[in-house]
Amino acid sequence: MDESIHELLAAHPARDGALLPLLHAVQEALGHVPPAAVPLIAEHLSLSRAEVHGVISYYHFFRSSAPGKQVLQVCRAEACQARGAEALLAHAETRLGCASHHTRADGAVTLEPVYCLGLCASAPALQINERLHARMTPAKLDALLAKEGL
Amino acid sequence: MTNSIVKVFVPRDSAALAVGADEVAEALRHECQCRGLNVELVRNGSRGLFWLETLVEVQTPQGRIAYGPVEAADVPGLLDAGLLQGGEHPLRQGVTEQIPFLALQERLTFRRVGVIDPLSLADYEAHEGWAGLRRALGLDSSAIIQEMLHSGLRGRGGAAFPAGIKWKTVREAKADQKYIVCNADEGDSGTYSDRMTMEGDPFMLIEGITIAALAVGATQGYIYIRSEYPQAIATMNEAIALATAAGFLGASVCGSGQAFHLEVRKAAGSYVCGEETAMLESIEGKRGVVRAKPPLPALSGLFGQPTVINNVITFASAPIILARGAQAYRDFGVGRSHGTLPFQLAGNIKHGGLVEKAFGLTLRELLYGFGGGTASGRPIKAVQVGGPLGAYVPESQWDVPLDYEAYTAMGAVVGHGGIVVHDDTADLSQLARYAMEFCAIESCGKCTPCRIGSTRGVEVIDRIRKNQNRAEQVILLRDLCDTMTHGSLCAMGGMTPFPVLSALNHYPQDFGLAAPDQAAA
Repeated sequence: MDESIHELLAAHPARDGALLPLLHAVQEALGHVPPAAVPLIAEHLSLSRAEVHGVISYYHFFRSSAPGKQVLQVCRAEACQARGAEALLAHAETRLGCASHHTRADGAVTLEPVYCLGLCASAPALQINERLHARMTPAKLDALLAKEGL
Repeated sequence: MTNSIVKVFVPRDSAALAVGADEVAEALRHECQCRGLNVELVRNGSRGLFWLETLVEVQTPQGRIAYGPVEAADVPGLLDAGLLQGGEHPLRQGVTEQIPFLALQERLTFRRVGVIDPLSLADYEAHEGWAGLRRALGLDSSAIIQEMLHSGLRGRGGAAFPAGIKWKTVREAKADQKYIVCNADEGDSGTYSDRMTMEGDPFMLIEGITIAALAVGATQGYIYIRSEYPQAIATMNEAIALATAAGFLGASVCGSGQAFHLEVRKAAGSYVCGEETAMLESIEGKRGVVRAKPPLPALSGLFGQPTVINNVITFASAPIILARGAQAYRDFGVGRSHGTLPFQLAGNIKHGGLVEKAFGLTLRELLYGFGGGTASGRPIKAVQVGGPLGAYVPESQWDVPLDYEAYTAMGAVVGHGGIVVHDDTADLSQLARYAMEFCAIESCGKCTPCRIGSTRGVEVIDRIRKNQNRAEQVILLRDLCDTMTHGSLCAMGGMTPFPVLSALNHYPQDFGLAAPDQAAA
């Protein structure tokens, strides 16, 4: 990890509002922002570790631990609820044997609710491994999961 | 078969990609190659007729002919039926511009979206692109502000504050550095007009932001885009690079000697960062915690400097106002709500999509005239207008004209124009509970009414639903909502009572209360 972190730090010099772009870069490269990276980032941007940790923990997008090999995000905002999102999320939990906000014990998949993917006219929507899918049904979700080997 | 090149359009909008547009495009490319057909595939934005996505269009002498919803498996059959000549097929929707959903709109801001290749500077130029900026470059900055003031344009993010007044305040502020910040943190459920703009006509947004920069003397701008919109982020970044290379951005905007640099900042999944001061904190690299106002961001905004903050649609409206003149824009709308709003039909709606219309039409026209009723075929029960912090509007109010003042008067908000439809299977006490739950999840935590009130709100609604001291708990819920409305620092806690109380007032039976509440408002 150390080597890649140092490369990323070098590519993101301190400037106005540098922290979020740097955290995005770290998460994009490593899949999460490891706690061990926090002091390095803090020193690089002349911030306290508390400030960096505070930012990481504040934002839903940043992860402090690695997610499962695959990530399923099911939208549960109002427009998707109006088209059965709650049932779809419950179906995903049962089908995957994994509770929302959790990674399955075998590390194969992480299941997360999200609040709006912007596909509100094609609800319900979800995202598997950053690929969007709209007009979902439990049956279509089963087919998608099977295709992903889940 | 003809050998001349036929233009075929397959959208690259996220909502099209989510129903297989890439697969359709690939199938078209492959089939046409196999059949020796000469096509030019254009990846346009979406027309906003989402029930027809993937909407494939073919350029013919009669105009663009639409087919949809197309799946990859339909492609060979479509080509057999003469797709490239606009041939008959069960999926054929006729001339795109004549589809009633589109023909009945008044598209100003969205006039190019779905029409052009979003990343073609030539396409943009050929469709009135940069005309507003070029006019602005010939005007004194105070004259640009005057145009904005006269247009009557109000902030399209939801707060509806006159854009011209905001710009004027920043212009008159004395500072070495001024900023433009575009709020593209479109977190409201039921809204996607910002996303469609960024994915479908990014140069329009760049043009509008640049006009604002010229008007106030800003040299640096940021577009804060939510992380849930990777396609919009990629498209904006590409468009900024192209516009910079072409001289529309950079050290000297169109050779005017005025510098303006523009940069995308990726958000990180916090809903409250759509609140302008929380967004500033986030761009500065901090936790997205709301700031107390005053000072106004117009005077002390990003990094403490005077800052124009507007929503995507507000900036995107500036080019046409400058290009066609303020009066032409002002003539649309009613009362003090001038111009058009891109309404977004979402949720349980048969024909979901974007409807840009002048203010003043009614919800009923949108729901039935455009939307065609529910997708489930059941009766519409409740409609949430203006995002998760907007009120649930019952049928008795569907004939009120959609304008800012009329909606405020009935205890609702137009907001960012999101319209989420629920059929008669919806449980409004469940949706009210969700509103409190959402507030609890997304509260920045700075003020107590929002941070604690939302959690207590979930508990109180749970007790009402379980009939534990129901009558007392309803009084408690109203009292709690009053505290949140008047004691919260920003709209997050301050407006969560809108969905909660509107659900309680208009749908008391869902809370186990017998008689409709006469005090409803």
